[in-house]
Amino acid sequence: MKLTLKVWRQQNNASKGALESYQVEANEHMSFLEMLDVLNQSLVEEKKVPVAFEHDCREGICGSCNMVINGRPHGPNQGTTTCQLHMRYFKDGDTIVVEPWRAKAFPVIKDLVVDRSSLDRIIQSGGYISVNTGQAQDANAIAIEKDRAAHAFDAAACIGCGACVAACPNGSAMLFTAAKVVHLGTMPQGEVEESTRVQAMVNQMDEEGFGMCSNTGACEADCPKEISLTNIAEMNRAYLAASLGSQKKS
Amino acid sequence: MKLESKVPEGPLADKWTKYRSTMNLVAPNNKRRIDVIVVGTGLAGASAAATLGELGYNVKAFTFHDSPRRAHSIAAQGGINAAKNYQNDGDSVYRLFYDTIKGGDYRSREANVHRLAEVSRNIIDQCAAQGVPFAREYGGLLANRSFGGVQVSRTFYARGQTGQQLLLGAYQALSRQISLGNVEMYNRHEMLDLVVVDGKARGIIARNLLTGKLERFAAHSVVLATGGYGNVFYLSTNAMGCNVTAAWKAVKKGALMANPCYTQIHPTCIPVSGDYQSKLTLMSESLRNDGRVWVPKKKEDAQAIQQGKKKGIDIPEQERDYYLERRYPAFGNLVPRDVASRAAKIACDEGKGVSPTGLAVFLDFASAIERYGKSAAHSAGIHNPDKAMITKLGEEVVAEKYGNLFEMYEKITGENPYKHPMKIYPAVHYTMGGLWVDYNLETNVPGLFALGEANFSDHGANRLGASALMQGLADGYFVLPYTIGQFLSNEIRTPKISTDLPEFAAAEKSTQDNLTKLIDIKGNQSVESFHRRLGKIVWEYCGMSRSAEGLKKGRQLIRDLRKEFWSDVFVPGTANEFNPELEKAMRVADFMELGEVMMLDALDREESCGGHFREEHKSPEGEAARNDEDYTYVAAWEWDEQDPKVHKEELIFENVELKTRSYK
Ligand SMILES: Cc1cc2nc3c(=O)[nH]c(=O)nc-3n(C[C@H](O)[C@H](O)[C@H](O)COP(=O)(O)OP(=O)(O)OC[C@H]3O[C@@H](n4cnc5c(N)ncnc54)[C@H](O)[C@@H]3O)c2cc1C
Ligand code: SF4
Ligand code: FES
Repeated sequence: MKLTLKVWRQQNNASKGALESYQVEANEHMSFLEMLDVLNQSLVEEKKVPVAFEHDCREGICGSCNMVINGRPHGPNQGTTTCQLHMRYFKDGDTIVVEPWRAKAFPVIKDLVVDRSSLDRIIQSGGYISVNTGQAQDANAIAIEKDRAAHAFDAAACIGCGACVAACPNGSAMLFTAAKVVHLGTMPQGEVEESTRVQAMVNQMDEEGFGMCSNTGACEADCPKEISLTNIAEMNRAYLAASLGSQKKS
Repeated sequence: MKLESKVPEGPLADKWTKYRSTMNLVAPNNKRRIDVIVVGTGLAGASAAATLGELGYNVKAFTFHDSPRRAHSIAAQGGINAAKNYQNDGDSVYRLFYDTIKGGDYRSREANVHRLAEVSRNIIDQCAAQGVPFAREYGGLLANRSFGGVQVSRTFYARGQTGQQLLLGAYQALSRQISLGNVEMYNRHEMLDLVVVDGKARGIIARNLLTGKLERFAAHSVVLATGGYGNVFYLSTNAMGCNVTAAWKAVKKGALMANPCYTQIHPTCIPVSGDYQSKLTLMSESLRNDGRVWVPKKKEDAQAIQQGKKKGIDIPEQERDYYLERRYPAFGNLVPRDVASRAAKIACDEGKGVSPTGLAVFLDFASAIERYGKSAAHSAGIHNPDKAMITKLGEEVVAEKYGNLFEMYEKITGENPYKHPMKIYPAVHYTMGGLWVDYNLETNVPGLFALGEANFSDHGANRLGASALMQGLADGYFVLPYTIGQFLSNEIRTPKISTDLPEFAAAEKSTQDNLTKLIDIKGNQSVESFHRRLGKIVWEYCGMSRSAEGLKKGRQLIRDLRKEFWSDVFVPGTANEFNPELEKAMRVADFMELGEVMMLDALDREESCGGHFREEHKSPEGEAARNDEDYTYVAAWEWDEQDPKVHKEELIFENVELKTRSYK
């Protein structure tokens, strides 16, 4: 299949970027990234600088790959990361526009590569259970209902890609943050720190320059792991409870 | 050079406990004055850095990724072993120890493996406490499944994403230490050299990948947890960024590379479909719990399938050869990986492969779907369910167990594995070889430690499924934080190491020179094309089946390729910017040297054991023939441009009797 690609090229954070057009010959068995490999190989052969993009596992689990494809983070398919998107979903002659995540909290580094360390800092602010190595009791000492564990797992499946932020008109990281809050808060081990955790993480999210949530649901629609919007509602409840709790104390 | 394993005296089962309670400690006030560098924040590195931080050391941690959460460990699917015996099926520390020694074809160190089995239990406790959402039974207790090479159910799992959940646990523990200021985290920093001062590892040179600038970091001790080198084969199940550079730079500074030829070829991967591929996808071994491996009995049927004239479901039951069940009735589809991979190769070499390339076998879930369907109908009180009902219910059970794997398979191949048997073929997956370390996980360079897949320590010539996650976390949470004290307790009077020392300047300069050299070649071939060619050579001559003649040829081909690389590679851009092509070029350059040592190691080992199969050494039935008399040793290689040299550590077995491995 013959494709026209319009790819965002930007040398670094200080420079201005623009879309550039390329012709690529691909086949429908290729993944989207393999198609970009073909483009890059030909650029290198012409002694040009290849398109910088992030990728590692190519199995939909590391969360590295991040591209807005034809206006949608991770492309047209529901529940699919860019690396798992295959060219059989495109047609011969298509024009495909490829851009980086765009959000205030994700500055562009080069071409399609952005800085997502703000997500790390949200986790550092409280996205953990405080237990030192060696302090744990026997794993079977705490039984957890199967459904409850499954609920925690559904939230824990987040791969930290940031598509939710890129999809959100406000650039909010609510879905990402909520996923961690709900994962840990659902487990009995994590309940203890729930209120400090949710407050710290929400504060950090604001500090990083992520926007407010206005319930558009765009995040859920583009999340490759189909993390549910209900997590946000759960987090809001936890946040409210925590704020009321701390007001009472003061 | 004499390689001292430093295994403590005493009975096997007491060694670790006794050693741990008598080893030298570093007092808390002294820990604060001691700096430790941890390179790599996958399972092994993140768990080590977090634990060292908790203990009070000053830790600097490095990863070339943009976040620790992206390490290759994230992709592990199937599970993690532990001798908990929660299933009451006769498991014990000894049994896990024994299975691992046997699975490794008697080429690992007894004491290390026993320690691994002992601490395996603490790992599950620790991870559960961190909130890792392991799979559970209806009663709320932890669930288990089986993996290849064992007859008990000791594998803990979190759907098909065990590595992800364990890594997030370690990443969160690490994040907590970062926020407490005990660990300084350097993302997007790639270690490009080790700095040795007065014979001890005292620091690293790292390239800030965003700016391209080389930076110096000093510490009292350096820990490498930089993963495996499977990508020397170009095509493997490893993440694209996995590489040998950190370990290889250590080798060039005097550390030894142990058993580099021991690589694991995993039997269940999605077959290669075209030249454009740069990576292969694993289908977890857990699938062999329920999937049955087969090829058609008749070559004509196989050919019809290869030509697309027939499908797997068109072949009647009596015309199928479930060759693992036939050849290995005791373990059936759950034989260890090396055995399963070789059997697949033999079937395909006989012309019975089932994909257009002839390089694939079936992994079939039809029997499992039927079995589960009947049982689900029974528990739901449905009498005389029809076939459609059984299939529907059975598919639901299978979806719950392996749903995400089935989905991944369908996304990649476009074929529905509930309806058609999967097609699989072996692919490079894991490297048992790695930096030589003693019982303390210290390399032969004092103060330099190696953890996780980066060391050679526990898996011998073949690793059992679900044991890499166990080993990485054992090393990081429960072994290194103690054993590093043996070294550091002698360093409490050593002041802060200065990065102004001439050794740092020299290392920085040679790294800079190397980078400049690569950019200045301005040749005509891409880095990728060299990597691809290297991979083809290593796969052809040092892959599933090896011979003296082939290995000699392979070595020469690699040497020639290396020369060509250094005169004709093209690296775009400059060294002073974010430049992924340059990163890749540095890594491929190191793979080229490693590849040669792999060939030499495989040539030196005149026997077949585990993942290392020499055509000259097989039994009349075609099984691997080990030579315990002459080869019960670890081969540890010293790099030399002309003539790499081997050093040997004899393996001493005091507790298990060396037997021919049989899974029949
Ligand atoms: C697809 C797949 C599935 C698997 N499934 C299982 C399973 O079910 N059970 C099991 O037990 N095992 C499994 N394994 C094996 C297991 O995942 C790995 O062996 C293990 O995760 C390795 O962990 P590690 O911490 O040693 O290395 P890695 O996770 O590879 O981490 C390496 C770290 O080092 C860093 N690094 C490397 N070089 C440098 C450098 N020069 N400078 C700075 N940083 C550097 C990287 O950034 C990264 O942080 C699987 C492997 C694959 C490929
Ligand atoms: S919530 Fe979904 S979109 Fe957001 S980071 Fe997690 S996986 Fe990505
Ligand atoms: S490359 Fe890892 S999720 Fe896409």
